[in-house]
Amino acid sequence: MKVWIPLIGTLLLVPVVCLATADGSWLRKVPQAARARTNPYAADRAAVAAGRNLFLNNCAKCHGENAEGKASRPSLKSKRIQMATDGELAWLIKNGEAFKGMPGWGALPEPERWQIIAYLRSLNTPASGAQE
Amino acid sequence: MLFASSLKPVVPRPKICSLFLLAGCLLFCSLHAKAQQEPPYFVTYSSVLEEPGNLEIENQNIAASPKNANSFFAPTVEFEYGVTAWWTAEAYLQGQTTRNDSTVFTGFRFENRFRPLPREYWINPVLYVEYEDVSAADKSFLEITGNTSITTQQVNNAALRKEVERSIEGKLILSSNVKGWNLSENVIAEKALNEAESWEFGYALAAARPLALAGGGRACTICRQNFTAGAELFGGLGTRYTFGLKQTEQYAGPTVAFNAPHGLTLKFSPEFGLNDNSAAVLWRFGFSYEIQQFRDWFRRAK
Repeated sequence: MKVWIPLIGTLLLVPVVCLATADGSWLRKVPQAARARTNPYAADRAAVAAGRNLFLNNCAKCHGENAEGKASRPSLKSKRIQMATDGELAWLIKNGEAFKGMPGWGALPEPERWQIIAYLRSLNTPASGAQE
Repeated sequence: MLFASSLKPVVPRPKICSLFLLAGCLLFCSLHAKAQQEPPYFVTYSSVLEEPGNLEIENQNIAASPKNANSFFAPTVEFEYGVTAWWTAEAYLQGQTTRNDSTVFTGFRFENRFRPLPREYWINPVLYVEYEDVSAADKSFLEITGNTSITTQQVNNAALRKEVERSIEGKLILSSNVKGWNLSENVIAEKALNEAESWEFGYALAAARPLALAGGGRACTICRQNFTAGAELFGGLGTRYTFGLKQTEQYAGPTVAFNAPHGLTLKFSPEFGLNDNSAAVLWRFGFSYEIQQFRDWFRRAK
């Protein structure tokens, strides 16, 4: 039985360590073509409302109901998100950063992913005071 | 036949009340649950893994009335935990109750799924490894491998449960997401560890799509984006020495899931037998509840 304790401990620690390393390095991996994509729902108020519902259903469990972050999961109200292009955010949501704790959401339909980005944009306007 | 001298049938005592109680508890708990992106499949796996830290408790059930055999009801309880974003671990507990026979626990399974590639590709592979300790009385139809026939269901539980198979199983799961559609293909290989049986093979194919691809501005329950519909096809492929569709069970049918926002995920599928070795219809229904960030329960608040 004692043999299992360190094994189980290691298995539980792996995700904690992975999550603690969410450092924005994903931005360097985004291909140029993906980076240049634009959100078809940009500045669409209905899409922002839909994006909020989708965010609450899919993202809030890790990033918090107001995207403020939870435990080691990062806040999405940040300068990094504010500075990222729509294409970069779309690439991250689709592909995730599996080895750093962020699952890919490629199974979520693409229009819904864009609606989530529209909502994230509404949280990260220059006037919103996004954190570093 | 191995089980020809079967024992006298026992009057069944199905634990229907317990199942309704469990369903009620899950329904109550679901008031705080959230939706998810999983396709509505019962047998086929897609590349969607459990989100890290989440624990999903799922109850999936199957009912059938095979020709020349007693009708049965087989529930399976599944605990699925997202260890990391690329690794999901699961445990299953299985049982069944057969009309004019008995109610029996049929075994357990442990499985792990790994997503080896870090990005979303046109085809996304997932590796699946499972250990199972299941008696021949199992009627869960979680997968079909080797050469089997529904006529096995004519043998009573007392005889079937004496034959326990401990086996390892591997699957290659391939899954694509194209314009809202999910297309998934599974190739299955199984080897008994406690019996001198050859490798057995099976397959599962499925496709599904949400009824609406974009979300609505208002939070709603009965709206199209919360429903996903699709179809599944699965069956055995014989053994290493008898590879092919001959003397195998084959099923196909539509499947539908309802992902209630802040609610329960419900799934339903009638699966139709495609040959004489198969039951006419397998009725499947299931519901699942996801405990969000289960591992946070064991973390000290900062």
